[in-house]
Amino acid sequence: MTAFLSPDPAVLDPAPLDPAPLDPVAALERMMLIRAYEETLIDLHGRGRAAGTCTAVGQEAPAVGVVSALTADDLILTNHRSAGHLLARGADPGRMLAEVMGKRDGYCGGKSGSLHISAKELGVVLTSTIVGGELALATGVGLSRTMLKQPGIVACFFGDGAACEGRFHESLNLAAVWNLPILYVCENNQWQAFVHRQETMAADGIAGQAAALGVASAVVDGNDPLAVHDAARTAIAAIRRTAKPFLLEAKTYRLRGHFEPDDQSYVDKAELVHWRGRDPIPRLRDRLERDGRLTAADAARIEARVRATMEAATAFADASPYPGADALTTDVYA
Amino acid sequence: MTTMTVNDAISAALAEEMRRDPTVLIFGEGVATKRRDLLEEFGAARVRNTPLAEGIIAGTAAGAAATGLRPVIDLLFAPFLCYAMDEIVNSAGKLRYLSGGQFQFPMVVLAMTGAGWGVGAQHNHNNESWFVHSPGLKIVMPSTPADFKGLMKTAIRDDNPVLVFADIALGYTPGEVPEDAEAIPLGKAALRREGTDVTLVSYAKTVGTCLQAADALAADGIDAEVIDLRSLKPLDEAAILRSVAKTGRLVVVHEASRLCGVGAEVAALVAEKAFASLRAPVLRLTGPDAPAPASFPLEQAFVPQPDAVVAAVQSLMLDVVAA
Ligand SMILES: Cc1ncc(C[n+]2csc(CCOP(=O)(O)OP(=O)(O)O)c2C)c(N)n1
Repeated sequence: MTAFLSPDPAVLDPAPLDPAPLDPVAALERMMLIRAYEETLIDLHGRGRAAGTCTAVGQEAPAVGVVSALTADDLILTNHRSAGHLLARGADPGRMLAEVMGKRDGYCGGKSGSLHISAKELGVVLTSTIVGGELALATGVGLSRTMLKQPGIVACFFGDGAACEGRFHESLNLAAVWNLPILYVCENNQWQAFVHRQETMAADGIAGQAAALGVASAVVDGNDPLAVHDAARTAIAAIRRTAKPFLLEAKTYRLRGHFEPDDQSYVDKAELVHWRGRDPIPRLRDRLERDGRLTAADAARIEARVRATMEAATAFADASPYPGADALTTDVYA
Repeated sequence: MTTMTVNDAISAALAEEMRRDPTVLIFGEGVATKRRDLLEEFGAARVRNTPLAEGIIAGTAAGAAATGLRPVIDLLFAPFLCYAMDEIVNSAGKLRYLSGGQFQFPMVVLAMTGAGWGVGAQHNHNNESWFVHSPGLKIVMPSTPADFKGLMKTAIRDDNPVLVFADIALGYTPGEVPEDAEAIPLGKAALRREGTDVTLVSYAKTVGTCLQAADALAADGIDAEVIDLRSLKPLDEAAILRSVAKTGRLVVVHEASRLCGVGAEVAALVAEKAFASLRAPVLRLTGPDAPAPASFPLEQAFVPQPDAVVAAVQSLMLDVVAA
């Protein structure tokens, strides 16, 4: 009689319904493009041509692993480290750079900068720089999927810091009681700006909180895009089967500082060294070379393609004009 | 014409708009329990109770609005909007702009406020001007059942986030509502009484206060014009300026505190654009810079009363006589 249903405990299928393993070479190339994009941004900032920015260097695997498991109908909400999610979704790096540089050809006409990029044509509804904003809106996007009988699910990326916000609990709770098709992806990169996760939470991770809210969850190695992809497909299959949300926690690490420039003087050196040894890009590349799935020549070709893409992207962004002064007050109201 | 209360007018507007547009839905704490008629007519998917969590209610509305629905949320009392401030101000209000116009946020936020129930400051806080100050939001605060119905309909059809504040004291006030009440445009003030000597600008329950004061002033031979703003953003600047150009005197009356309130904006507008018309200083009669008390006499003392409006107007007339 009411819409306020109590959740059944969701059961996670051991195998995805429709397993389509991620092509590991394609995954490697996408991760390399994301890395190159962020390094380009850092360089542009260093030369005073772009504002400082939050990068997700070292976190490319959850972006590529999860986004490659989505279909064209699915929608994405994400946080201030969204470049990887956008690029994994096929965003044009030139239009992204143009956005960060405040140019007219950016996805949002230069009004969002790096911290709020959305791209309707890609189904990226929100980059929230209010930590937890993506969690607050995701339920509404899930609600519109169900009420409008849209086939897509919602992928909501957030950090371990956002899991300390009340909205994390509010969002999962509502998604569970309203049966909303949301894949919550916590990129636990161990850091919350300048504070280590161990200082702010007694638990060793985030996934453990899901059960109390009636949400199924899984933890995955967030530095392995293939493992993330499989976990995401399994989770999405569970969402489709049970019509309930799912929380996937990807354990990963932010290899650079919070906001460029950042000398990381506050970071424990041993921890950094440990995680540098698990950098997802060399890790996958070594594995593919060992398995004979990638030759040195292949790798060189990929590197050249990525370099050419970023050169073209930078040239495009450079050539794009700034918005006219009239844009200051357009699109405030419908 | 039918006679109905403000509360019924809001429900009637909701029902009509939900019939018109299948993407309209309403949710909030107790909404499905209290709005039984809506639940029965439109079903549990479109009339929903929610957990007690104003932030996620507002965030859910913003996310739903961005992706094809037209949610109405009832956040109960205006002070509770503090829990939803981020979603209303930072998301609903800003994301159309930040997205370069890619996404829009057609949603309505309902909240009650004002003296009358003795509920004290955590239920009664006329905080409407906070939202007037926030870009991307529209704010209405009507005073009659007909306006509630017409403006509620417009608010639901509007492609922007609209906050509709309902003065608690007006909830059970009956009034005439045309059967075929059409949507009333946002940003149009209502001229409640024509006059030539002084302009009284107000909204919500103090419109009635101004009308009572105007009757008393008429007995003294002072002819007051009363403007009901109805919509605080967009603000009907033309209506205010037109009236002041005629009367040369302005008193702004509202229950919200004075500092940076709507009255400050109206006064500044007139100072900037109609200074030459002014024959006396602009006055504001408002609530004090204090939380709203529960005690009935104190609660009433918070709100400008008709005799204070009369005295204020008389002081302006004296001013002119003295000069
Ligand atoms: C509401 C809010 N509080 C604080 C900040 C400042 N801030 C930006 S990012 C960040 C850390 C967020 O940590 P986490 O969610 O783990 O994401 P990460 O930065 O590690 O990717 C903080 C505190 C903010 N942007 N929004």
